[in-house]
Amino acid sequence: MAELLFALNIFILATFVGFEVISKVPRLLHTPLMSGSNAISGISVIGAILIAGEVGDPLRTVLGVLAVTLAMINVVGGFMVTDRMLEMFRQPPRGGGPRPPA
Amino acid sequence: MRVAVIELAYLAAGAAFIVALKWLSSPRTARRGNLVGASGMLVAVVATLLHQEIVRYEYILAGLVVGSAVGAVAARRAPMTAMPQMVALFNGVGGGASMLVAWAEYVALRGGQAGADVLVSVMVTTVVGAVTLSGSVMAFGKLQELVPGRPITYPLQQAGNLVLLLAILLLAAFLVARTATTGPQPAPFYLMLGLALVLGTAFILPVGGADMPVLIALLNAFSGLAAAGAGFVLHNHVLIVSGALVGSSGVLLTQIMCWAMNRSVGNVLFGAFGATAQATGAAAGRVAQPIQADEAATLLAYARRVVIVPGYGLAVSRAQNEVRDLMTALEARGVQVSFAIHPVAGRMPGHMNVLLAEADIPYDRLVDMEEINPELERTDVAVVLGANDVVNPAARSDPTSPLYGMPIIDADRAAHVIVIKRSLSPGFAGVDNELFYMAKTRMFFADGREALVRILQALKTV
Repeated sequence: MAELLFALNIFILATFVGFEVISKVPRLLHTPLMSGSNAISGISVIGAILIAGEVGDPLRTVLGVLAVTLAMINVVGGFMVTDRMLEMFRQPPRGGGPRPPA
Repeated sequence: MRVAVIELAYLAAGAAFIVALKWLSSPRTARRGNLVGASGMLVAVVATLLHQEIVRYEYILAGLVVGSAVGAVAARRAPMTAMPQMVALFNGVGGGASMLVAWAEYVALRGGQAGADVLVSVMVTTVVGAVTLSGSVMAFGKLQELVPGRPITYPLQQAGNLVLLLAILLLAAFLVARTATTGPQPAPFYLMLGLALVLGTAFILPVGGADMPVLIALLNAFSGLAAAGAGFVLHNHVLIVSGALVGSSGVLLTQIMCWAMNRSVGNVLFGAFGATAQATGAAAGRVAQPIQADEAATLLAYARRVVIVPGYGLAVSRAQNEVRDLMTALEARGVQVSFAIHPVAGRMPGHMNVLLAEADIPYDRLVDMEEINPELERTDVAVVLGANDVVNPAARSDPTSPLYGMPIIDADRAAHVIVIKRSLSPGFAGVDNELFYMAKTRMFFADGREALVRILQALKTV
């Protein structure tokens, strides 16, 4: 029970931290923020690795390997696609504002 | 000692994710933020591989390699116009992974040893993960147009979903009670898992295309919650922290999207908005005035200020490069061009920004709705390109309209309006658009890309 309460504490505090750090996100970054945070949700890969590395119940091994694969698609795909988007957001050297008529 | 190193690595990973989100929310630091997040993930994975519990590495490596390869190829190959379905799919596999972890933990439980806290966490994670997985696959199907994008409704739909949810909750409660004493119960567990997969699909069906931004943000939140749930199951704090961070960012984006449509999450999910086309007599007796490419080109060429309002139609016709060419051609003539971005234009949060950035349109030309609206009074020509409901003046003026109260881009306040659209058909909300019939409005009936190509041609001779 103490373990559960401690975990809930961490969960609640992390939720508030999450709201706090991204509350001012500009619209420009809605998609990258979403796909970047999406990649972070692939963190369940670390639970999956431990399961896939056991010797024992074959069902568990199958589930573990499948989970590692899915989570890695999420992680690698998510971070890479976010980087690809953000690369496009570099300000082209044309400078800001419309040019005056020639 | 080894345990301490692993725990410290997890702590570092959690901290890296917080910094990553912080940096991802500012344009200057966003790319670095994403790299910090990826590094945090790498540290967490490598630390886990050091774990003493691991007896063999072959299967782990196989999963790591195959998953990374599939993810990398998908991320490289996907065109920017397909980003919404890509993000949906990545959400789905993330939720699926958490579901599988909870499932694997369930089959290893022993009766008399499993605590209620672990059991509840297993059920929550399995259900949320399964809903995320099947819901995201369904959203992918809708966005990829494998399934009709419009709301799909049938009699007793919401009642049916409610019954499904209740059945899942009852099964979960039964499983918690029974597993605690006598060990895993495969049949009821698989039934619960199956019902959760059905529920995920069923609750997406009545959500229509234009509400996709809300849905994708919500599924993002779900995938975070599933990861946090897996953390409760495994007593792993970095999973809880990361899952909570993703969950909060998903919830925040969901809220922002809903505010931008002046609707509640409940209305989006259960309202089957736009299911009934009510485009009736509103347009009767009124005539929309068409315009040809050369007239449109002249109007644009001699304007001082042009505002382009892009919508989902821009993504569908893949006209982002042509619209950039139009911007360049007009700017060369001294016309000031900006893009008015509605927060829910497109099929995911920020869709238009990504699409226009791909065409190398500098992001300072993309102006948010609140900032561009006061400017529209002083705009000579507003070009509505594949947008409809987000420029419908009924949202401001007609209390009986389903759109009433939704913040819109005031395209109708510009001196002239050119609407590029294939036909006069109503937008997603199924409401006729007053704007099309105004005296200052001209309709250019064509596919977005084709229309722009013709206008660009005509511009050369103006």
